[in-house]
Amino acid sequence: MAFPGFLADYTVQTVIVGASLLGLCSGALGCFAVLRQQSLLGDALSHAALPGIAIGFLLFGSRQLSILLSGALVAGVLAALLIVLLTRRSRLKTDAALGIALSLFFAVGVVLLTHIQNRENASQAGLDAFLFGQAAAMLRQDLWILGTVTATALLLVISFWKEFKVVTFDPDFASSLGLPVTALEIVLTTMIALAVVIGLQMVGVVLMAAMIIAPAAAARQWTHRLETMLILAMVFGAVSGITGALLSSLARGLATGPLIVLTASGLVLFSILFATRRGILWTAIHARRQHANLITQHVLTTLYQLAQNHHNPAYRTEQGMVVSYYGDAGNRALSELDRLGYVKPARHLPEEGTHWILTAAGIKEAERILASLHPVES
Amino acid sequence: MLSALFEHIPVMIMAVGSLVGIAASLLGTFLVLRKSSMLTDAISHSILLGIMVVWLLTRQTSGPLQIIGAGLSGVATVYLSEMLAKSQRVKYDAAIGLVFPALFAAGVLLTNLYARNVHIDADTVLLGEIGFVWLDTVEIRGLYVPESLLSMGFLTVINLLFVSLLFKELKLSTFDPALARALGFNPNLLFYPLLGLTSATAVAAFDAVGAILFIAFVIVPPSAAYLLTDRLWRVLLFSCTIAVASSISGYYLAVWLDVSIGGMMAVMTGVYFTFAFLFGPRYGLIAQEIRRKNQRLTNRSRALVVHLYNHERTSLQSEENVVQALKEHLVWNETKAKRTLLRSLDDHLVEREGETLYLTAKGRAVAQEILEPWRQNAALMTGADEIQ
Repeated sequence: MAFPGFLADYTVQTVIVGASLLGLCSGALGCFAVLRQQSLLGDALSHAALPGIAIGFLLFGSRQLSILLSGALVAGVLAALLIVLLTRRSRLKTDAALGIALSLFFAVGVVLLTHIQNRENASQAGLDAFLFGQAAAMLRQDLWILGTVTATALLLVISFWKEFKVVTFDPDFASSLGLPVTALEIVLTTMIALAVVIGLQMVGVVLMAAMIIAPAAAARQWTHRLETMLILAMVFGAVSGITGALLSSLARGLATGPLIVLTASGLVLFSILFATRRGILWTAIHARRQHANLITQHVLTTLYQLAQNHHNPAYRTEQGMVVSYYGDAGNRALSELDRLGYVKPARHLPEEGTHWILTAAGIKEAERILASLHPVES
Repeated sequence: MLSALFEHIPVMIMAVGSLVGIAASLLGTFLVLRKSSMLTDAISHSILLGIMVVWLLTRQTSGPLQIIGAGLSGVATVYLSEMLAKSQRVKYDAAIGLVFPALFAAGVLLTNLYARNVHIDADTVLLGEIGFVWLDTVEIRGLYVPESLLSMGFLTVINLLFVSLLFKELKLSTFDPALARALGFNPNLLFYPLLGLTSATAVAAFDAVGAILFIAFVIVPPSAAYLLTDRLWRVLLFSCTIAVASSISGYYLAVWLDVSIGGMMAVMTGVYFTFAFLFGPRYGLIAQEIRRKNQRLTNRSRALVVHLYNHERTSLQSEENVVQALKEHLVWNETKAKRTLLRSLDDHLVEREGETLYLTAKGRAVAQEILEPWRQNAALMTGADEIQ
């Protein structure tokens, strides 16, 4: 195989596979979070995972990824429950509940981390790598865990596809169908926690929020269908993961996590600007075209009404008059009408500039436009 | 004597913690009430970029320029998020969640590139270490005053002035933005200064408690205070008290357990919050539960009164208006029936003669009020208003 040299590197390969798994998983699960307007829940749950990692380490005394990630998952679910409890049973709103869960769980995590560090200097083994992620510390066997989690998550999404879809878009309709809405919402929230957990090692608790939101937000710009959005989000997630991993292996000393997140953010920016139909550029061009079209129609009917008022179908309208009223747009409208064959130039009083006459097709089109504007009168 | 105070490390640590708590709670109260708590999260992350940019331009890691730079970067974060949300391509929550991680990631990369050996790094910004506040001191007239104490003291004074001078305006634009607008006062006019001050406080506090624990100080004490009272000035006072209590108790616990002091202070805000959430006089979980139980008992007692009224002076009276009927006809179990009966007897709605139950005049008025509300005026005249 003719890999470029750095791709043959064992660590780089591991990191790339891990990053693409992370992108696939968080892209798919992030769609539901973004559509249900729970983007910041991902942020809260990722910070809240920290004490889980520490407790996993304290209880089992091992740095094995599966144990740490299970701890993180449990902590994430507990934080989600706390958020639900606070919003339902106190007068606090969602934002305060998220902030409370996030900061308190994180504080407990910091306390536990310092406790571990002070207790056993040797084997605290860089648990704080989970703050910002440490892609290089990833082992081949860790990939199996990430792969299993991703596969489980995707399998869940596929098998409950219809249910998740209806709960996401219309929970009231879902409950009228007799679906267990609360249970499904719990599963969806647990899956956000799952998506968070899978990225902890790679991008860390702090930046994980972006990996949930960004691929889904970028994918949303290109489509109105959930199926397409999900697949696009997975692609965007994987692309960001791989790009970030490659960039950090090329430029030594740059952390992988921030590069992945910046790539994903770049994809969001690109999608918001350039997506077809929804993109800012697209809608701007569309609006411009509509506007030009409107002016062209306006000019055409003006010519028609001038001809009518002069009782002369071959009335020669002076271009300067049209321009003095419509500005430069008048020039563009006339040449567009000329191109369409609705008007033709006429020689008349050459010192006063070009004049225009309606063609037969132009008269017909003008009558059609006017009729469509006043359907009752016609 | 003063020098002894300023060189007393534990006192200095607790003082800095308390000042961070007070400065944060003063602003946090309004952020929580405005439902913008999560902006604190966004701001406290993105100040890393602000800190790095100011450091690259001026090579200063602290001081007024840093504080102003952080203030601007915080406001920029919020402005960018709102702009993104206004473009209507993403929802507001997603916009916040997109902007600050991007800025934070950029900040981390800048530290990777330029600041390898400087005291700034992402770890410090996030976690801080209040235990070292006494390392950087400034000499004022022979006194060695910790730098953090000065900067936090300065910001506490600024925040205090902001809140007390603009108290009326803040109150108005927080609770009734529509009225504020109608009175010709733009409620957003105070929102951005509030966020700017939050970022400035965050950067001054990051040395001490770190950005994420700063979030705890901004959100948790005001939320706890909000569960305790309805008056704005009391919310401010209670949250400052909770912040100070958290700093002091957090310090001693941290020293005892040998863990992060800043972390423990934040955990303590959570402990006080839990107390408020459970035992708050009106909004606490236990108060809610008692009120709910009480309401249930009142409802059952009203049901009993209606039941007796319906069968009063009918052929079924001897069968329906007896203690046994509560179990058989109203399908209440032993304890429910007993408690409801006792409550109704206590309230003088019902009288008991052996097994038979009679309505009192008061009980009859209550039943009439429920069944025939249009006769309420007549009921009021017979004194039913005392029952409510």
